[in-house]
Amino acid sequence: MQDSDIRFQYVLHLADNSMILGQRNAEWCSHGPVLEQDIAITNITLDLIGEARSLYAYAAELKGENATEDTIAFTRDVKQYKNALLLEQPNTDWAYTVVRQFFYDAFHFQLLNVLQKRKDERIAEIAHKSLKEVTYHLKWSSEWLIRLGDGTDISREKMQIAINDLWEYTGEFFIPTEIETKAFELGIAADVEKLKPLWLEKVKAIIEQATLTIPSKNFQQNGGKNGLHSEHLGFILAEMQFMQRAYPGVEW
Amino acid sequence: MEINLEESFQKKIDDEIRIEPRDWMPEKYRKTLLRQISQHAHSEIVGMLPEANWITRAPNLRRKVALLAKVQDEAGHGLYLYSAAETLGMTRDELLEELHSGKAKYSSIFNYPTLSWADMGAIGWLVDGAAIMNQVPLCRVSYGPYARAMVRVCKEESFHQRQGYEIMLTLSNGSEEQKAMAQDALNRWWWPSVMMFGPNDDNSPNSAQSMKWKIKRFSNDDLRQKFIDVSVAQAEILGLTIPDNNLKWNEARGHYDFSTIDWIEFNEVIAGNGPCNKQRLKAIVSAWQNGEWVRDAAVAYAEKQAKKTDNKTIAA
Repeated sequence: MQDSDIRFQYVLHLADNSMILGQRNAEWCSHGPVLEQDIAITNITLDLIGEARSLYAYAAELKGENATEDTIAFTRDVKQYKNALLLEQPNTDWAYTVVRQFFYDAFHFQLLNVLQKRKDERIAEIAHKSLKEVTYHLKWSSEWLIRLGDGTDISREKMQIAINDLWEYTGEFFIPTEIETKAFELGIAADVEKLKPLWLEKVKAIIEQATLTIPSKNFQQNGGKNGLHSEHLGFILAEMQFMQRAYPGVEW
Repeated sequence: MEINLEESFQKKIDDEIRIEPRDWMPEKYRKTLLRQISQHAHSEIVGMLPEANWITRAPNLRRKVALLAKVQDEAGHGLYLYSAAETLGMTRDELLEELHSGKAKYSSIFNYPTLSWADMGAIGWLVDGAAIMNQVPLCRVSYGPYARAMVRVCKEESFHQRQGYEIMLTLSNGSEEQKAMAQDALNRWWWPSVMMFGPNDDNSPNSAQSMKWKIKRFSNDDLRQKFIDVSVAQAEILGLTIPDNNLKWNEARGHYDFSTIDWIEFNEVIAGNGPCNKQRLKAIVSAWQNGEWVRDAAVAYAEKQAKKTDNKTIAA
């Protein structure tokens, strides 16, 4: 694999993570539990899709051949999407949404912190900008995790169920793919294995403060980052790409 | 005494002095405003639904982000307006309860479905356009908190309208399929938009009093005419046809003549028989019900924290 291809694939992976979570969160818009939080989750969505757009635009430049952020986002099929499995999991309810967000934010924060100091200037620049936003996302999701964990009996139960269910999708972030390893060797990526203790420290602290527990079951799912997804992603893309597929090659 | 209070209240209004929450006001003024502001707030909230319907399917990333931001703005408008309504003595929860039970109304336009991407353009252009005609005069409405909320609302609405028109323009300059999509959206949204100005003046019972109180500044028919006159030119630029065979410039009046409005349809939609009345209310109610445990937990957590702080204070 050529260096330019590694770089391109790595940027896609970063972009797909934020794009797919953004697309999922967007489903909340106008259905939130209270107006202020409808606005808050949409803010996070806008940040995530904003980050994905910057990365797709960069990927398009790397690819050439008249590629744009839209040809990259809207014309790849499931197998070509390289997001982690956690991010395509359904919203289910506010508990799952907050837990999914928190698990990703805690990872995203550590990742961007490294990327902003790595050798690819474009990635570093995007990471630097997004880190400011993700710092807020992490604060928001940590606060909600604590509030709902330590709220009522019902909310505690719902949060624990969500944590138990989503836990098996957290390990994937820290198992490097071939692309991640090669991108690290190029000096443009993070060593994700090294991020795990930092992530775990934060996650343990917040879950404990929320009076919740980390599941003892340790099996972890893997595959999304290599294009091996859950059944959910096909439906996400079917909805997201519908217009570009039905009316190809026109301006909107 | 009552008469003097009422006279000085009216004098303030005549002198264009804003009425503020702590000022004396006639009960009917308070009630009329409360009804109008809450109806407006509810319209912002229900109005999020038809557009949110296209967020996950927006045709490109730029449009997706713009649509998200727009729907988010509407939630923000709802917040300002609920806050303004609260100054008149009802809490947001009470106002929402009236929306959920079907007692409070919202703008009928949101009971129509959004069937294609072009509807995002047509809603911005026509529905937001009509809303602006109604709302710009409200920036000078006699009640202070409402007027101030409307200044912010109108700034964002005019941005939304330009955004909607730009969607229509892009479609009109696009492929045959896109043009057809735009024309179809105009066909479906035109009459409901024209109806947004409410009943004809001779059939609008509260108008005279509202004009006197400067809750209303222009009549329904005047605003409607203004909207139609402006829209004709805009449709021409788009190369689209407004679905009204009787639309014709009247030199003597200096306005466009247009067909009689189908008030039967208007009244049916108000009565709950529009294509989406049930779905809209159900979506609003179910979001509220699904969020109940979240709101309860937030309150319980805040109370626990407050207690901890109290205990610390006592211990200190």
